[in-house]
Amino acid sequence: MYSLLLILIPVVAGLLSFFLKEEKTVKGFALLASIVTLVVSLCSLCSTTQLAFSAEWIPSLGSKFSLSLDGMSKMLCLLNCISLPIIFTSIYKNSYKNTSGFYGLMFLMQAGIMGVFLASDALLFYFFWELALIPAYFLCSIWGGEKRIQVTFKFFIYTFVGSLLMLLGLIYLYLQTPGSHSFAYNDFLQLHLPAKQQASVFALMFIAFAIKMPIFPFHTWQPDAYEQAPTPVTMVLSGVMVKMGIFAVIKWILPILPLAVNGHANFVIILSVIGMLYASLIAIKQDDIKRLVAYSSIAHIGLMCAAIFTNTNIGIQGVLVQMFNHGINVIGLWIVADVIEQQLGTRKFSELGGLAQKAPTLAILFVVMCFANIALPLTNAFIGEFLMFSGLFQYNVWFAAVAGISIILGAVYTLNMVQKIFYGDTVVATDKAVDISLNIKLALVILVVVIIALGIYPMPLMNLVK
Amino acid sequence: MNKLVYLIPLFPLIGFLINGLGRKSLSKSLIGVIGSGAILASFAVSLVLFFDVKANGAMAVNPLFTFIQTSTLKIDFAFQVDQLSCLFLLIITGIGFLIHVYSASYMHEEEPQHFGRYFAYLNLFVFSMLLLVLGANYVIMFIGWEGVGLCSYLLIGYWFKNNNYNAAAKKAFVMNRIGDLGFLLAVFWIINKLGTVNYHDVFAKAATLSNFDVTAITLLLFVGAMGKSAQIPLYTWLPDAMAGPTPVSALIHAATMVTAGIYMIARSNVLFSMSEFTMHLIAIIGLATALFSATIAIKQNDIKKVLAYSTVSQLGYMFLGLGCGAYTGAVFHVMTHAFFKALLFLGAGSVIHAMHHEQDIRNMGGLKKKLPITHITFLLGCIAISGIPPFSGFFSKDEILAAAFAHNKVYWILGVAGAAMTAFYMFRLYATTFLGNFRGTHDQEHHLHESPKAMTIPLIVLAILSVIGGMVGIPELMGGHHELHHFLSPVLVSEKAYEIEHSTEWMLMGISVTIAAIAILFAVNKFSKKPEMQDAEGFGKVLANKWYVDELYDTIIVKPLEAVANCFKNIIEKSGIDGAVNGVGKFVQYSSRQVRLLQSGQVGTYILFMVLAFVVIVLIWINDGHIYRFITKLF
Amino acid sequence: MPISNYIIFCLTLFTIGIIGVLVRRNAIIVFMCIELMLNAVNLLLVAFSKMHNGVAYLSDKSSIVGAEAQVFVFFIMVVAAAEVSVGLAIIVMMYRNTHSVDINFLNRLKN
Repeated sequence: MYSLLLILIPVVAGLLSFFLKEEKTVKGFALLASIVTLVVSLCSLCSTTQLAFSAEWIPSLGSKFSLSLDGMSKMLCLLNCISLPIIFTSIYKNSYKNTSGFYGLMFLMQAGIMGVFLASDALLFYFFWELALIPAYFLCSIWGGEKRIQVTFKFFIYTFVGSLLMLLGLIYLYLQTPGSHSFAYNDFLQLHLPAKQQASVFALMFIAFAIKMPIFPFHTWQPDAYEQAPTPVTMVLSGVMVKMGIFAVIKWILPILPLAVNGHANFVIILSVIGMLYASLIAIKQDDIKRLVAYSSIAHIGLMCAAIFTNTNIGIQGVLVQMFNHGINVIGLWIVADVIEQQLGTRKFSELGGLAQKAPTLAILFVVMCFANIALPLTNAFIGEFLMFSGLFQYNVWFAAVAGISIILGAVYTLNMVQKIFYGDTVVATDKAVDISLNIKLALVILVVVIIALGIYPMPLMNLVK
Repeated sequence: MNKLVYLIPLFPLIGFLINGLGRKSLSKSLIGVIGSGAILASFAVSLVLFFDVKANGAMAVNPLFTFIQTSTLKIDFAFQVDQLSCLFLLIITGIGFLIHVYSASYMHEEEPQHFGRYFAYLNLFVFSMLLLVLGANYVIMFIGWEGVGLCSYLLIGYWFKNNNYNAAAKKAFVMNRIGDLGFLLAVFWIINKLGTVNYHDVFAKAATLSNFDVTAITLLLFVGAMGKSAQIPLYTWLPDAMAGPTPVSALIHAATMVTAGIYMIARSNVLFSMSEFTMHLIAIIGLATALFSATIAIKQNDIKKVLAYSTVSQLGYMFLGLGCGAYTGAVFHVMTHAFFKALLFLGAGSVIHAMHHEQDIRNMGGLKKKLPITHITFLLGCIAISGIPPFSGFFSKDEILAAAFAHNKVYWILGVAGAAMTAFYMFRLYATTFLGNFRGTHDQEHHLHESPKAMTIPLIVLAILSVIGGMVGIPELMGGHHELHHFLSPVLVSEKAYEIEHSTEWMLMGISVTIAAIAILFAVNKFSKKPEMQDAEGFGKVLANKWYVDELYDTIIVKPLEAVANCFKNIIEKSGIDGAVNGVGKFVQYSSRQVRLLQSGQVGTYILFMVLAFVVIVLIWINDGHIYRFITKLF
Repeated sequence: MPISNYIIFCLTLFTIGIIGVLVRRNAIIVFMCIELMLNAVNLLLVAFSKMHNGVAYLSDKSSIVGAEAQVFVFFIMVVAAAEVSVGLAIIVMMYRNTHSVDINFLNRLKN
């Protein structure tokens, strides 16, 4: 029941938003509805019954509308549900043309993402996977930056190609199911295909997920899309939507194609590790907050992907924890990027500086988030990275050592960013800057509290995804 | 009694929170009181624990909570109080308290908001440092380890308007991170092989490790120590770190944080003693650092830079001690060094304060009369660091040198040479600063004044400690009991006693003290009248420029890395990968544009295509044979 | 007459039609060439019809084998008549608009 509610509420809220006219009403309604979703999600955490839902959908294809909630999807739904109220709070004072459309699409995107996390039927999974993409496309292409059309087109086509490959893979698996075929997750689990078939299905599905995550070298849509998308959408894209890829690998590849995973582990981990270093090095040279965070995100995702494919208990545990934590941290960074852009009209480091004098609160909160970004102990990201590196180390010492260089590079680019934006003397752009308004402060403080609380006492999260 | 230990880090944490959150509303004096009071409270608790441990031995401490738990690994947030951590607790909180008091006066010109920020950072530092020494496993130690790095970063860049300071802060953090990576890998190695990170379990199971594993683990840990304790090749951040306020340099970059590496190795002495290779390497790196940075210190003219290189050099001595298996000696030197180096830095701070932020010793001189207390205490500190008996530095340094002698005579000779250089550059500093005539501007001379009590009292206390601090470790040779050795022996289980004949030992002492004394006399004689005013030339210039190591690193590491990054960003990313992706799109567009041309709109062309297509189809059929056979049948 | 003569004749006619359509630009001539092709097909159909019927006649006097082909011919003639009327109308309209019956002017749908 909870699982159905988690999808239904955003869908209904999204559709209702379209019909609200007043800007204030839409914003208030959106905030309220997103908090309701959050409450439902919190209730689902405590509940052990009534989690699954199933109904007939397309019986002729053997596909059911079946949803289920396990620990991992609970956590990701929670992340999805936390992110929206925080995003809505932080953009409360921004105005977007056609507000109702904007908020409505945000909700539909949330619903789509939620469905991906909940679906336990392959066709339904695919359905939601695409459903999440479509609102994202419109959000980016209507409210995005200058080059939005071009970039969004690239983003859409790129991910769409991936999705089609995944669909092929899913249909192939479907045709392998015994009897009158079925798309059910549990039937897929029973397949035990021979290694050769697994390898081909793996190639199809992995490319889709690799594009979504994204891992090197399928990542080039991402910095452009993050840069051009309106920042609230970027928050959802990088905070939640990229987790779809990781989630999908853990849920739809690891248990179904175990032989292929073992066979390709080396290859994927090497790609991921290269991607980590590559993205970190590029991040050092970026002059734009959004692009820097985008590349830093690629580096972090690379580590998660590598840790998944180590197939070690400790590594995957780390990935699970890190999915949540990375979402929280990166949303915080985007909020700051948005604040700076809205207030000062630029995101370029070369045009910023000395903001700490003008906006000390923002500076402090941002610095905390930056240190979470480089996984300093007692921030949430440390736990995940520690476990992931530990897993990687178990798999291969050298991979861990090489990947570890990204820890150092991470410190370099993150501190560069802090220094160039906040330290030094003020420049033209920052001369008249003021400190952040209450709504943004609220959003950031919540994030920082979560960051530190989960950094000091991560066990609740770890127990959830055990 | 057990539960008391939680209070020790708790007080600074509370102080951090109050000062950090209330920095805008609290008055400066209140901030100072809260900041210092928190450390004083910790110090009091540490004293209680110390006497308890002294009487009853190490105490078992229950975990506070489970920090990380997976099916294969359980890491507790647990503290361990034993002889070693107790000693460090006293050093950290004791000296920390004095420096807090000193800071309240030294930093009084700051705005209240920044004053609060300063004390918040300082308290956070003490908290992290306490976590580092109290942790009962490597992960908790690592938390403190990174935490102190963070605070060091924040405090070096405390005056964040100055971008040079920020760059120094960043350099410190990044170099520390290089070491941290080594530490982290060592922890992973331990987890992988032993499945636990608790000191107790690790040391108990250490015997099951293969020789290769032990060497790898200890080497990686040592890399961590190199970063934090500023050893070759990761030492260059420490002199730059002098950008921070002087009390910070005293606390973090002299007395406590930089000794974390020594603490860690002493803590893991069981592991380190198992790997001969690592021990040799530690001794060699330590000795090399000690000599190398001593040569640089000789030619520095910034009062804090001299002290910074001297710190690097003294840390090198500690590593030499560790490498020779003299764990007690190293820890002993940590303690005495904390006394006299904190004293020297605070004295330097007092001078800088009096000179209105002038740090170049060439513009000082003759401060003896104007700053009598600072002068006396500074002199005591200089004597202590030079290793003149019965000052504290003598005992600790002598112990390390004796161990080095027992280990390898060459180490000893080089060690004594380093000690002579130490005495030389310290008294060069002393003579140029305090003796001779004043060389600053008239304005500065007019404003010269002794620092207020809040600054001089910590100086006096530290001076007393520097003088008598060696008493806890008087060797048996001189009729002492070496209290420290007995106290620490339960923790430093793998320490091997070295055997040197008493007469030899006396002789060694004599030689080193004589050489140091000669160096002192030479330096005082040379620099009190005629200080070096010109920029150094020839070889001296190489020394003054720190052997061009920064430039070397810049050329062989930073620049290539930047070039690679640029290449990635501008070439591979843009033209390579994204080029390929966009290329697919471009190809599709191009080919559709070409194919479109076929739709010319000319009816004739369409018909031609139709006919041609028909002909082609017919030809295919013919090849298939059906129509062909049909036609041949007809004719 | 052997059937092969008819076939060769019809192919020739058809080819002339095709070539006429391809090479001529005058719409009316193109139109006539299309008619020529249709008639070539018609003639061939009738010829085959007669051939099959002649074979069947030997065994069964009342056979109507091959009659379908002749029905087809009528169909084609009717369709061709309709096509001529529509086509000529188009040509007339075209002439009114462009004062020419050159089919190369018929690319106005492009762009």
